[in-house]
Amino acid sequence: MAGVVSFLTRRRGGDRWHWTDVATWVWLIGGLLIIFGPAVWLVLSSFKTPAALSAFPPSILPYVTQEVQVEGFDKPLPLYEVTLPDGTTAQMAEKRRVGVIAQMIDPKNPGEVVKVNIKDRKPVEMVEFATSNYTEPFLQFDFLRYLWNSVFVTVMATIITLIVNSMAAFALSKYKFKGRDLILLVIVGTLMVPLGVITVPLYSIISTLGLFNNLWGVILPTVATPTGVFLLRQYMLTIPDELIDAARMDKASEWQIYWRIVLPLSAPALAVLAIFSVVWRWNDFLWPLIVLSRSTAYTLQVGLNVYAGQLNVQWHYILAMTVVTMIPVVLVFVFLQRFITRGIATSGLK
Amino acid sequence: MSANIKRHRTGLGGIAFAVIRPVMSLIDIPLRALQRATGQGGMASFFILPNMAVFTIFVLIPFAINFVYSMTGGIEIFLNQRDFVGAEHYRDIFTCGSYLDPASCRRDGFWTAAQNTTLFVILQVTLLIIVSLITALILNRQIIGRSFWRAMFFFPVLLSPVVVGLIWRWILQRDGLLNFVLLEAFGAEQFNWLTDRTAAFAATIGVSIWAHMGFYTLILLAGLQAIPKDLYEAAEMDGTSKSRVFRRITLPLLMPNLIVVLVLALIKAVQVFDEVYVLTGGGPGTSTMYLVQYIYEKGFASELRNPGLAAAASIIMGAVLVVLTLMQMAASRRNEKKGER
Repeated sequence: MAGVVSFLTRRRGGDRWHWTDVATWVWLIGGLLIIFGPAVWLVLSSFKTPAALSAFPPSILPYVTQEVQVEGFDKPLPLYEVTLPDGTTAQMAEKRRVGVIAQMIDPKNPGEVVKVNIKDRKPVEMVEFATSNYTEPFLQFDFLRYLWNSVFVTVMATIITLIVNSMAAFALSKYKFKGRDLILLVIVGTLMVPLGVITVPLYSIISTLGLFNNLWGVILPTVATPTGVFLLRQYMLTIPDELIDAARMDKASEWQIYWRIVLPLSAPALAVLAIFSVVWRWNDFLWPLIVLSRSTAYTLQVGLNVYAGQLNVQWHYILAMTVVTMIPVVLVFVFLQRFITRGIATSGLK
Repeated sequence: MSANIKRHRTGLGGIAFAVIRPVMSLIDIPLRALQRATGQGGMASFFILPNMAVFTIFVLIPFAINFVYSMTGGIEIFLNQRDFVGAEHYRDIFTCGSYLDPASCRRDGFWTAAQNTTLFVILQVTLLIIVSLITALILNRQIIGRSFWRAMFFFPVLLSPVVVGLIWRWILQRDGLLNFVLLEAFGAEQFNWLTDRTAAFAATIGVSIWAHMGFYTLILLAGLQAIPKDLYEAAEMDGTSKSRVFRRITLPLLMPNLIVVLVLALIKAVQVFDEVYVLTGGGPGTSTMYLVQYIYEKGFASELRNPGLAAAASIIMGAVLVVLTLMQMAASRRNEKKGER
């Protein structure tokens, strides 16, 4: 133990602790609590019953009041730890409650009723995960449908993005033609013009094409990402032109050069774009909210927002479905986080 | 050359290659004919065509007709059913007793949203950059488990805005975690964070910083790591104080990254919508109603729909974004010149 402490507090060069070291660790531990705390709290809460969710102060773990089956009662009765007038304690079941007085009975001796002030008892609790929060939304609501819609949008949009962006990036990096610089300028210019600015006319175009309430209406406007073209072009510029010239001498067609030379060599950039595209499309909210108004076409994000916006929010379902929505992103975070952080650090795209 | 290419044909990529290969070879047959007919230049057009077609239909055309929209009235969505009203929407928006007092304006909703957005942008971007800079400086130190800490701060960036909004709505509600923590720590009364105007506004700032700071931290950290180590060693040998090293070496050399962060953060903050919409819905009242939500509600959601007004408002917002970008580009160019000198 002493070894561990001395390892953890060891300083470079054997210096003593500087105040900046203390500040560093305060910041990091504080960050740990603020960043993971809410997510952990969400997951813990998602396993609580509606009764436990509305309790304040809340419990950390999902507790439920233990219940016992008592002879002569159809339903199981909640069990309490009761402090009797003579100072002893006993576990008793609640038969009925009138105001602050509860009528308690001993489960083994149901005939005898003891009246107890509710201050003198506390529920016998046990940890139990309310997994029905997860199963019921899939059966009662259309969450399975929303999940499928989200997966469809994400996968389709990512595949199409990779194909059209890489083709455009190939043309913009390996050919000289009239208007190339203009196209590049337009692409760089629109890097800064967000979808939010053109929602109204884009909506009319989607409606004209009959794509309103259609998942393709969500997919198509997002696939020609200027960021994707820009990222891939910058990467393809580093592929030596000699490779392409050599392939041309071997009578390779331009299409073959694209898919047998340039695409494989661009694999790292394609991987980064693919990861980004999956996260972008899975998380998209404003545009799907506008295009999808029929509930069978909702994506997870839109569906969640609709259920969370109702007057009587069913938090136990909402929290569980929020966790489900989070899962793919957490997987990406755990397994691919290194790719993403490297991608951002080198290209500054998000 | 061939060895270089073959390296990429292993693992998952290799499987994909085996599936795609026959398809690609099949496509090659008509494309060879196309190449023979149009030459290399024609092939360049072919490669750029799909992307440009999608881009034109779903970005450029909407961008162009947005201006036409902003000059038409009525509630119809199709342009041919809408009446031309000229600059009426712009006139309406800019008819104002005092721009600082939304109530004196004909379009008070727009100016309320504009004012909220301005305040949000100033506070959020300032705090965001401070928090990100401190975090980047800390992550640049020799600390145990550095890659874990770096990943940790990045985690919320990947979360969807809806998830972020819901997590915090759950924590900030009356029976939520924050009130519980405050009760345990200070014995504080339960407080309804999201129905108090000031608290809700502050919450939108805090939550958006929580969600996005990891991204900006990464960019700043990359900049810090690019600063040559020998500069610091030389300063140390000269016995320069730490604060002087920060002001004279770290800050100037980090400036290009800080400017990138400033531009991106500004552009993003002006467009704040998703997580705030889920968190507060623009309320209480209109205290967290920002521009994009105003545009969304005018264009699609509210009872008194007015797509023309929404288009005009979006063009004004777009203009602000363009001005911000140009200002920052100019600043970064001046900065580069200084670096050369």
